[in-house]
Amino acid sequence: MGGSGSRLSKELLAEYQDLTFLTKQEILLSMYVVSAPHLVDNEQQARSGNEHTGTPIAERANGSPLSARAHRRFCELLPQEQQSVEASLRAQVSFERILSLPELKANPFKERICRVFSTSPTRDRLSFEDFLDLLSVFSDTATPDIKSHYAFRIFDFDDDGTLNREDLSQLVNCLTGESEDTRLSASEMKQLIDNILEESDIDRDGTINLSEFQHVISRSPDFASSFKIVL
Amino acid sequence: MDMAQPLPFVLDVPETPEDQGSQEPSPYDESEVHDSFHQLIQEQSRWAAQEGLELQQRARGATGSGQHTLSGSEGAHSTATLRILASMPSRTIGRSRGAIISQYYNRTVQLRRRSSRPLLGNLVRSARPSLRMYDLELDPRAQEEEEKQSLLVKELQSLAVAQRDHMLRGMPLSLADKRSLREKSRTPRGKWRGQRGHGGICSCCGWLRYACVLTLHSLGLALLSSLQALTPWRDALKRIGGQFGSSVLSYFLFLKTLLAFNALLLLLLLAFIVGPQAAFPPALPGPVPVCTGLELLTGAGCFTHTVMYYGHYSNATLNQPCGGPLEGGQCSPRVGGLPYNMPLAYLFTVGVGFFITCISLVYSMAHSFGESYRVGSTSGIHAITVFCSWDYKVTQKRASRLQQDNIRTRLKTGVRWRNLGSLQPPPPGFKRFSCISLSSSWDYRCVPPCPADFSIFSRNEVSPCWSGWSRSLDFMIRPPRPPRVLVLQELLAEWQLRQGPRSVCRRLRQAAALGLVWLLCLGTALGCAVAVHVFSEFMIQSPEAAGQEAALLVLPLVVGLLNLGAPYLCRILAALEPHDSPVLEVYMAICRNLILKLAVLGTLCYHWLGRRVGVLQGQCWEDFVGQELYRFLVMDFVLTLLDTLFGELVWRIISEKKLKRRRKPEFDIARNVLELIYGQTLAWLGVLFSPLLPAVQIIKLLLVFYIKKTSLLANCQAPRRPWLASHMSTVFLTLLCFPAFLGAAVFLCYAVWQVKPSGICGPFRTLDTMYEAGRVWVRHLEAAGPRVSWLPWVHRYLVENTFFVFLVSALLLAVVYLNIQVVRGQRKVICLLKEQISNEGEDKIFLINKLHSIYERKEREERSRFRTSQAAVPPTLFTDERDA
Repeated sequence: MGGSGSRLSKELLAEYQDLTFLTKQEILLSMYVVSAPHLVDNEQQARSGNEHTGTPIAERANGSPLSARAHRRFCELLPQEQQSVEASLRAQVSFERILSLPELKANPFKERICRVFSTSPTRDRLSFEDFLDLLSVFSDTATPDIKSHYAFRIFDFDDDGTLNREDLSQLVNCLTGESEDTRLSASEMKQLIDNILEESDIDRDGTINLSEFQHVISRSPDFASSFKIVL
Repeated sequence: MDMAQPLPFVLDVPETPEDQGSQEPSPYDESEVHDSFHQLIQEQSRWAAQEGLELQQRARGATGSGQHTLSGSEGAHSTATLRILASMPSRTIGRSRGAIISQYYNRTVQLRRRSSRPLLGNLVRSARPSLRMYDLELDPRAQEEEEKQSLLVKELQSLAVAQRDHMLRGMPLSLADKRSLREKSRTPRGKWRGQRGHGGICSCCGWLRYACVLTLHSLGLALLSSLQALTPWRDALKRIGGQFGSSVLSYFLFLKTLLAFNALLLLLLLAFIVGPQAAFPPALPGPVPVCTGLELLTGAGCFTHTVMYYGHYSNATLNQPCGGPLEGGQCSPRVGGLPYNMPLAYLFTVGVGFFITCISLVYSMAHSFGESYRVGSTSGIHAITVFCSWDYKVTQKRASRLQQDNIRTRLKTGVRWRNLGSLQPPPPGFKRFSCISLSSSWDYRCVPPCPADFSIFSRNEVSPCWSGWSRSLDFMIRPPRPPRVLVLQELLAEWQLRQGPRSVCRRLRQAAALGLVWLLCLGTALGCAVAVHVFSEFMIQSPEAAGQEAALLVLPLVVGLLNLGAPYLCRILAALEPHDSPVLEVYMAICRNLILKLAVLGTLCYHWLGRRVGVLQGQCWEDFVGQELYRFLVMDFVLTLLDTLFGELVWRIISEKKLKRRRKPEFDIARNVLELIYGQTLAWLGVLFSPLLPAVQIIKLLLVFYIKKTSLLANCQAPRRPWLASHMSTVFLTLLCFPAFLGAAVFLCYAVWQVKPSGICGPFRTLDTMYEAGRVWVRHLEAAGPRVSWLPWVHRYLVENTFFVFLVSALLLAVVYLNIQVVRGQRKVICLLKEQISNEGEDKIFLINKLHSIYERKEREERSRFRTSQAAVPPTLFTDERDA
């Protein structure tokens, strides 16, 4: 796995290791997913070939995994001089590329996840470091505290710092499926949201704030194990 | 954490830059606010009526940016109020960087427990609202955030490097922010990693403690990452998790845990028993028999006189030229070389291996319990379902849709249950339900007076999650058959059919069916045990069977078939009984299966230690038991293979080709895990007699992993029922610990303390019991001199004296009791805190209303100042009361 370690400078790698919950392997792997194709050495090709055998064969043209292809397309769009390592660290990947990663494809919250982790002013692109942040929060070793914090921000659809009724109904729609026949009826939705607020809105102000949310999360043992994305 | 913190009264707030683009100054400055408060308190009585009217009238108007601040229908406030609301600390923490920084500043200070500098939170609480607090609790303007940052940086600088990194890692900030914080907090002296932190003396103690914790943590992380690099299963587990969710994944994780336990045990055994013995091989008693291949199944033949079995091990001190029995003691230890006393090593290694396994098992069980059962975790099922039920690991579109279906059904059912029981008027469809004997004030924790009434939801899909919400209701709900959502009318008709005088009779019938099925299942278990007993007796009596190797395989085959078939029988029987809830059904199936396996294993243990020892007088019975366990293990593996082949592959082909069904079979997690536990019990039982049995078990587990994985991916579909993964893994760990491990330990203890080892083979051949080896050694030590006199003392007073055991168990019970009391106290405190928080919330609402009315009045005054007409706000009366 150390093949491309020399590409990413040692200091940078160490810094990423210190500041995120990721291991060296994971950083390199995410580097590979997001970065330019010339970083891919044979070993990683083989590894990622193993990894994506879950995707149907039709999607795996030429034996290259979907994510790599997605990014390769993206890199083709980049000007030639940007394809060095440093540039690709600075380069920002648009949401569509990230969303087509197999790990995120089936997730109903994928847009929200990208938006929450994006640091660009327009909130529509992810840099490599944002991507690392994302993976760090969703990694095995991240603390429950930071996981629940980001879960809150993902669920806070209007970014106003609390979960109000609109956020909750949007959240429930994401969970049950957006289409007409799958979503809950209006009365059910109202009842459900009333119940949720009754159960978790401790200070009775009609919205759920971060600490109330974390209080709910702390009672669910399955959260930390399900709030995970493995690259 | 900070939810109990009293709400700082933040009145005069510059608006958040994120919400509003412009920075218009607030209409009031601080003194004016106080002034208005003073006024407010004075005029409160005068205003009360008028203000209430205004509020309600406002509430009817347009809603702001969705800020339903007050309970009930009131929600709209003027933009100024909304702005203040939006910048309340409890809200900014979920959104703005400045608030996060200040929160973490507080935490850092708390971490260091420096009393010289008060917490900023305390400052805010105690001080009057002054300019001081602005830079801490409000939304950031640029320089305020910088100020906060510099405070945080100062705090971080006084921490050790590792501690600082740990702190930074846990902050919910972006990588760039973290990096800049780190750059700034780097001390000017040492410029690179690995420098020493220069904390003050006062924080030295805390630093030390923290450093220890961190070292352990980073050590664990390093170990974890190296393991991660080593394990080839990461991708496999990821795929399984992605396609089948956490529930099926828990089976494979359990398998991994077992593998780790076995590897640990094997390592010990290899290092201290097998290795030394292999290094000093004794002279073989006879010619080596030729291997025929069947030995792989029977474990006998050419395997018999190898390190595989107990009989091969010598009873001598190994690295001494003059071998001899121990108690003779004629060999004085060589100078420079420690004597390696094989019997002692054998006894101690097995004992220590079991002890370590026991400790780690109990530890992981306790940890898992702590994770999955929290104080107060029985409430709030809707919120937990909505917030925590999505499995982010799922990567397949189909699995994700299945998950959505699951969650939807769960939510719908939950809402309906609430509808039935709540005080609120039911929706139109529920009109006719008014005759249900549900009292309007339904307590969810009460056992319903008439349980039969609740089976109206018989077709509903109800999740095991329900157990968290209500233990009692949960038992009334039937398991899901078709995964479709029930129509209410259908429900109603069914309920009308079932209610009334028949309920008592039906309950009786239910109880009878339940009893009958239990009886039948217990009878099956008993029958299996008797069959095994009779069969083994037959095997002992028939002399011609002993000659053939293949005949040895008959007993394991029979037991394996019973083990395989009886659970299926029980499952068919379970179709007769009334299904109460899916959770209960799963637990019952596990329980019956377990009883069956225990009965069979108990009979076998009796057969080995009670009968075989007597029958095999003059032979090496330990070898026989070891071989028998080896055969059982291998046969268990073979039958697992067949079961996988027929239960999953063939069944899928049949159901696809013949029955034309689209559904694939589901992976039965509970049964598979129980089989793993059974196999592990066999391995533990055999450790004493066949030290290499853990190795066989490891090979078996590895093969099972790949076979099950392949079969799962090819043949099975994701389970339709939601499955409480963490609860279930807790249950499985408990089962592994309690009947399995404990049973094996009792078996081994009996073998070590009570049974006479065979006289012709093995390390204990000259002794009465295996434990004699230890006693002899202690006597030896006593004779050796006063240097190690504490060891015999320990032995005499702590091991042989029962008083000590009683003392320890009494202490243990006391600790358990104290813990129960502590938990009860915590529960009380939680209740009180909740009450306090809701009071604070009411205070908040009250203050917000006041604030709103102040703004309102100000606005009106201004308006009246500029315009002469008063008709801007026509006071209309609304009669509905505010529920506060």
